[in-house]
Amino acid sequence: MTVDEPAITLYRLQACPFCERVVHVLDELDIAYESRFVEPMHSDRNVVKRISGKRTVPAIVDDETGVTMSESANIVDYLRDTYGDGSGAAEGGAA
Amino acid sequence: MVDFDVVDLPDSDHPEAGDTAPDFTRPLVGPEYWEDVALSELTDEGPVLLVFHPMDGAFPATYVWNNLRDHGVVDRVTTVGVSISSPYEHKTLLAERGIEDSVCLYSDPAAGVADGYGIENPLDGMTGVTEHRPAVFLLDEDRTVEYAWVASEWPDFPDYEEVADAVEEHA
Repeated sequence: MTVDEPAITLYRLQACPFCERVVHVLDELDIAYESRFVEPMHSDRNVVKRISGKRTVPAIVDDETGVTMSESANIVDYLRDTYGDGSGAAEGGAA
Repeated sequence: MVDFDVVDLPDSDHPEAGDTAPDFTRPLVGPEYWEDVALSELTDEGPVLLVFHPMDGAFPATYVWNNLRDHGVVDRVTTVGVSISSPYEHKTLLAERGIEDSVCLYSDPAAGVADGYGIENPLDGMTGVTEHRPAVFLLDEDRTVEYAWVASEWPDFPDYEEVADAVEEHA
């Protein structure tokens, strides 16, 4: 198995609806990603805090663009703007 | 050495020294998260000690990890375990055995990896539950087996000195 590592890493909590929402959009846009499952205990999620500054999930790291981001609504907008067909929900404007 | 009855396990068709160990991908549990990792990703970085053990919480799992830890093996080579336990149970085992900084554990609830290695152990009295027969494989960078031990009795434990010597020699 010498598959290239996907650019996007998704930090997620099992069965977290906000995480599933991001997964849904990743799948919809056919974006490869790698899942890292973290602790249910908020206080134990130091890895998420280190990468994003917060302990909330979902959080994504996109090595392609250098973006790290939390909050599912933000992530969904970002994914649609960056990888969608240009008809994303968020106002564009980003180069 | 033992004064209780042990059960002989049937012969197993497991990889021997010189064979290539089957690759597999399963969630690998580390100190902070778990993610799918192929065994070959680990061996690409160097030798790997692959330890199959009974489900977390069973006394053999506790003994095996205490001994590998106390023999200093886990600090000398990349060491990963495999059991049918969930990632949540693996987190507990790593913490309770004090090995979260040196060992990662694969979660293989359906024991599919045991099938590939010829070390399935259907458990008597636990209908529908098959786990991995206790086994230790030392693999080089190409997943070539340098050392192999597979339980022939139940319960059965690796010879930790022998494992330590193998690690000393090959890793």
